[in-house]
Parts: sequence; structure tokens; C-alpha cells
Amino acid sequence: AKSRQTFGDKLNSLLANFRTVDEDFFDDLEETLIESDVGFETAVKISDELRQEVKLKNAKTKQAVSEVIIQKLIELYEQEGADEDAKLHFATDGPTVFLFVGVNGVGKTTTIGKLAYQLKKTGKRVLLAAGDTFRAGAIEQLAEWGRRVEVPVVQKPARSDPASVVYDAVKRAKTEKFDVLLVDTAGRLQNKVNLMKELEKISRVITREIPTAPQEVLLALDATTGQNALTQAKQFKDVTPVSGIVLTKLDGTAKGGIVLAIRNELHLPVKLVGLGEQLDDLQNFDPEKFVAGLFGGLLQSTDADQQQE
Amino acid sequence: MAFEGLTERLQQAIGKLKRKGKVSESDVNEVMREIRLALLEADVNFQVVKDFVKDVRKKATGAKVLESLTPAQQIVKIVNEQLTEVMGQEAVPLQKSEKIPTIIMMVGLQGAGKTTTLGKLALKLKNEQHARPLLIAGDVYRPAAIDQLQALGQQIEAPVFSLGTDVSPVEIVRQGLELAQEKKNDYVLIDTAGRLQIDQKLMDELKQITQLAHPDETLLTVDAMTGQNAVEVAKGFNEQLNITGVVLTKLDGDTRGGAALSIRAVTGKPIKFIGQGEKMTDLDVFYPDRMASRILGMGDMLTLIEKA
Ligand SMILES: Nc1nc2c(ncn2[C@@H]2O[C@H](COP(=O)(O)OP(=O)(O)OP(=O)(O)O)[C@@H](O)[C@H]2O)c(=O)[nH]1
Ligand SMILES: Nc1nc2c(ncn2[C@@H]2O[C@H](COP(=O)(O)OP(=O)(O)OP(=O)(O)O)[C@@H](O)[C@H]2O)c(=O)[nH]1
Ligand SMILES: [Mg+2]
Ligand SMILES: [Mg+2]
Repeated sequence: AKSRQTFGDKLNSLLANFRTVDEDFFDDLEETLIESDVGFETAVKISDELRQEVKLKNAKTKQAVSEVIIQKLIELYEQEGADEDAKLHFATDGPTVFLFVGVNGVGKTTTIGKLAYQLKKTGKRVLLAAGDTFRAGAIEQLAEWGRRVEVPVVQKPARSDPASVVYDAVKRAKTEKFDVLLVDTAGRLQNKVNLMKELEKISRVITREIPTAPQEVLLALDATTGQNALTQAKQFKDVTPVSGIVLTKLDGTAKGGIVLAIRNELHLPVKLVGLGEQLDDLQNFDPEKFVAGLFGGLLQSTDADQQQE
Repeated sequence: MAFEGLTERLQQAIGKLKRKGKVSESDVNEVMREIRLALLEADVNFQVVKDFVKDVRKKATGAKVLESLTPAQQIVKIVNEQLTEVMGQEAVPLQKSEKIPTIIMMVGLQGAGKTTTLGKLALKLKNEQHARPLLIAGDVYRPAAIDQLQALGQQIEAPVFSLGTDVSPVEIVRQGLELAQEKKNDYVLIDTAGRLQIDQKLMDELKQITQLAHPDETLLTVDAMTGQNAVEVAKGFNEQLNITGVVLTKLDGDTRGGAALSIRAVTGKPIKFIGQGEKMTDLDVFYPDRMASRILGMGDMLTLIEKA
């Protein structure tokens, strides 16, 4: 269907239909990038660089322009992500703690459920902390995931101090020798100062109990979010040591361009991707596979064009 | 903070126009480009932006803005007017059925804010109309969705009808409506599970509920932070369910909310309410002119007009 067109598909049709390389073409290119949610600044930056590059290489034919553009895109993507580390890090000794943060409704709790399932399958003993004591039904939601995956959940009554729930959970993870503790937190918009302070406190409590923890602070971002995703990442980075992104709801959009924006503007690695609501709808992010998915169709079709000529 | 670039760009473009006194076609192109970028930066869908800028240009030319003494102000005025017009001039109230109950169904993507908004709406109706709403727990998929609705029902003191998670949502709604008849509830609000507009099975389920309940309002709930995808979502839900209105949530954040314009442009359906927080009282009526100002960063724009 049309709505499932990938970024590569769209670029392809743009490249297939242009007549001359003029300002209109670069406007269209910019729009294709923006339409794929690469983020506004990234789109402008990329199309400016491509404009230069096309001029520099004096590319005139359709084939030449297409090649320059594709080459440049891949180059940009790889260069920006050169020293990115997409792996999840675990403690060498004692419990590993992953803290999940993000704005409202992006998929933090669901991701914890899915990840608990994955980790458990690899033989790890997993504990969950119901650190969202605020949203109606949030504790019950995590408890339900705990039941499904069969892992214990540390919880207190609704409205309890989240930092104290987290404290209890870290203690228990240490004394009962759990391998991994996954900490859920309430959704909060990045411009709410008090809520962001509360998060800082939660993060501090963890580090006080285990100096090397949290090993990961994972920011969940909804893949269908627009420009605000970048602001979210910037602001959360300011209060907690965000170490990676969980890109959720990628099943709802074929755009995926946001990964480019995140690379380009934030230099935060995507570590996990959410592809649905079920237990096994979570995957490790594989940059190479992703690049193939993003640009793959593109490369093939230019090869085909070449053969035709 | 994140949009300083825009203000500066506009200031430059408009400043240039002003110094020249007389304005050429290419000056106007530059201003149009700034407007285009401003809208794209606010997450308005690129196709919607294209049409919008075309209309603004036409109006600007027709009004002979180029030859006027204050071209910058006039263009800004035209943009603002056009934006307000596209978004529907005035606030549109909730439909009310002649016979009770008025039935309201919430639909939308996962995590958009349907359940929270449903609670807020019920409270609003209680406060403003002394309504006696019944809430129907029609989400049997998301873990603890029913607990969430029940907790909200308790907070706002409204009854919640649930049959657990082993009964189909269609059946739950059928029995819920029967109960509402019996208890003479004047409003029924139906919570549904979040779903993708391309999930045919779950969309069919909503169609069945629609055929059964004939809701007076089918409210598409959309996260105000949504990017370019907003158009596909709005189209998908509208084409399959013929939505009657839209609720834009999470506007208490710092998003510019360009999705509002996109949704309105592709569905023609009014945005009725905006969510501005997590509390049950954080629901407000939608005002197109205020939204227009927000999308354009109009606080800035007004200062610009005054300075110009
Ligand atoms: N389609 C899809 N839905 C998802 C995905 N991840 C989460 N969801 C759904 O999104 C909704 C919100 O997920 P939650 O896990 O509750 O999100 P959260 O960030 O914990 O939300 P708050 O705690 O309210 O801030 C639920 O309906 C989930 O089932 C995903 O990868 N794909
Ligand atoms: N800040 C803010 N948060 C909101 C607003 N509306 C809803 N939320 C939050 O967004 C998250 C998701 O809201 P829900 O009402 O659970 O969304 P939903 O559409 O019912 O989600 P699913 O049933 O999983 O599809 C929760 O954390 C809510 O508290 C709003 O206007 N502002
Ligand atoms: Mg949660
Ligand atoms: Mg819900």
C-alpha cells in the first residue's frame, strides 16, 4: 500500500521522475526527506550538502545525480554513526540495572515486558520495578507483564514515592542476586521541571546503591513523533545519562527517517526497536540491516537502471 | 528555544522587504520559502504545506500585497488568517443526541491518550451538565487497560462497565448500552484499544461497534507531537470510521502541533478538544486562532509586525 512506502521507495520515485536538477528538484528532495521524518534540520543539511556535491561533481545526467545522492546519504549515515555503540551493556559483577525514561505513552512499560521476556529466555534472572506510581493503572500494567513473563515485580501502592520503590527494588536485586533489574518510570514531558527533577532523583538513588549502575538509561521514543523527538532526547539527556534509544511503534510507520535525525543531531545509538504489542515484538537494532532496509531498494534500482542503459 | 532559527529567518526576510520599500517577485519567493520552512518545522505535513503556501501566495498577489507600503505585515496577516480558516474558524461543541444516551467513542493509535481523555470528557460533562455518564471498558487487549479506566472512574466518580478481557469488545458494548438504557445514563463513553489504521482486523472490530452503537461522536485521539504520519493516521481512521471530530493531546509539551493543521486539512473534521496535562481537569476546548498562533510561533510574529 502507498502508506507503507519506505524512505528508499520515495527517493526512488523522486529520482525516477525528475527532469532537470534545479531548485525545484532540491525542494522536492528536501520534502522527501522531511516526509520521512528525518527531522527538519537534517533534511535541510542533507539537501544543502547534496546541492554542493552535485555541483562539485558536475553531475548532470539522471544516473549521475542519483548516484551522488545515494552515495552521499550512505556516507552521512555511516560517518555520523561511526563510533556508535548499539549494544546493551551488562554489569560484570552484581545486578545490572536498566532505567527506562520517556514522555507519556511512548511504550516504556511494554518494552520492559518484552525485554524481560527476551532476557529471561537467555537464562537471566530478571526483576522489575514499578516506578510509575502516578498514572492510573500503571502498576497493574507492569504487574500483568510480570505475570505473563513470570518475573517478580517490586511495587508499592499508587502514589508512593517512586524513588522509594526503586530503592527497594535495587536492594532486593542485590540481596537476592538478580541478574537484571528493569526500572519503569512514569511518562513525563521534557518541559516539566519538577517531573524531570524526580527522574534525576531516581537515577541518583540507583547510582548510590550500585555505583556502576544504571548500566543503561534507555530513552523510549515513539517512531511516529515528529520534530519533538529531538527536543525530548536533548532534555532527557540533560537530567539522566541517556545511553541509548528504544525506537517504539516502528510497525506503525515505514518512514524510519528519524533514525537519521537521531544520528545526525544527537549521536545517540538506537539499541532496541519495538515492532508491535506482543512479547516477541522487540528486536536489537542492527545498523547495517537498517541501512539496507532504508536504502536497499534504492541501490538495487540504480543498479537496474545502469543495466538498462 | 528550539525555534529561534525561524524567528531570525523571518526577521531577516521581512526586514529585507521593508528596507527595499518596493518588492520584487523573488523577494516574495523568499518570504514564501520562510513560511514553508516554518510550517514544516512545526510538523505540518509537507503536502498540506505545499497547498497552503500556494493559497497564501494567491491571496497575497490578489490583494496586491507587493505594491503596498507594508508588505511584511500583510503577508503575516494573510498567513495567520488562512491558517485559522483552514483550521475551522470557531470552536465546535460536542454533538448531543435528542434521545439519551449520547454515545461517544474514542479511537486512535496506541498510547495517544484515549483512556485519559475519556475520563476527562466524562468529568467535563458531569461538571458542566450534571451528566450521569457510563464508561464502557472496551479495551480487552492492553494489559491492565480496564484497571486504568476503573481507577479513573473512581477518581471522577463515574461508573465503569466491564466484562473483563474474555468477552469481545462488540459484546461488551452491546451489554453496556443495555445497562445504560436501564439506568437512564445520559452519556455513554466507550474506551477502545489503541490500534494502527492499517490493522484491518482491529479496524473491522471498530466498524462492528459503530454499526451496533451508532455513536454520536467518534473522536479520533491524536498525540500533538505526531510527525508527518498524522495524515496517514487521520485519513485511515476517517475513511474507515467516518470520525466526527478530533482530540489533540499532550499539548502541554513544547511541540508546535502542526499535526492539527494536517489532520484538519485531510479530514475536514473539527478538532474539538485539546489535552493539556495528565490530570482529569486538563481538557480544553479547541480554538483555531490560538492553534494558528502556536503553529506559527505567533507571539514572535506579532512582535515582528509591531516592529516592522
Ligand atoms: N504498535 C505498537 N504499539 C506499541 C509498541 N510498544 C508499545 N505499544 C503500545 O503503546 C501503548 C503505550 O505503551 P506503554 O508501554 O503503556 O507506554 P508507556 O511509555 O509506558 O506509557 P506511560 O507509562 O503512560 O507514559 C500501549 O497500547 C502499547 O501496547 C510497539 O512497538 N508497536
Ligand atoms: N502530558 C500529558 N499527558 C497525557 C495527556 N493525555 C494523555 N496523557 C498521558 O499519555 C499516556 C497515554 O495515555 P492513555 O490514555 O493511556 O492513552 P491510550 O490512547 O488510552 O493508550 P492505549 O489504550 O494503550 O492505546 C498516559 O501517560 C497519560 O497520562 C495530555 O494531554 N498531556
Ligand atoms: Mg508506562
Ligand atoms: Mg487506553
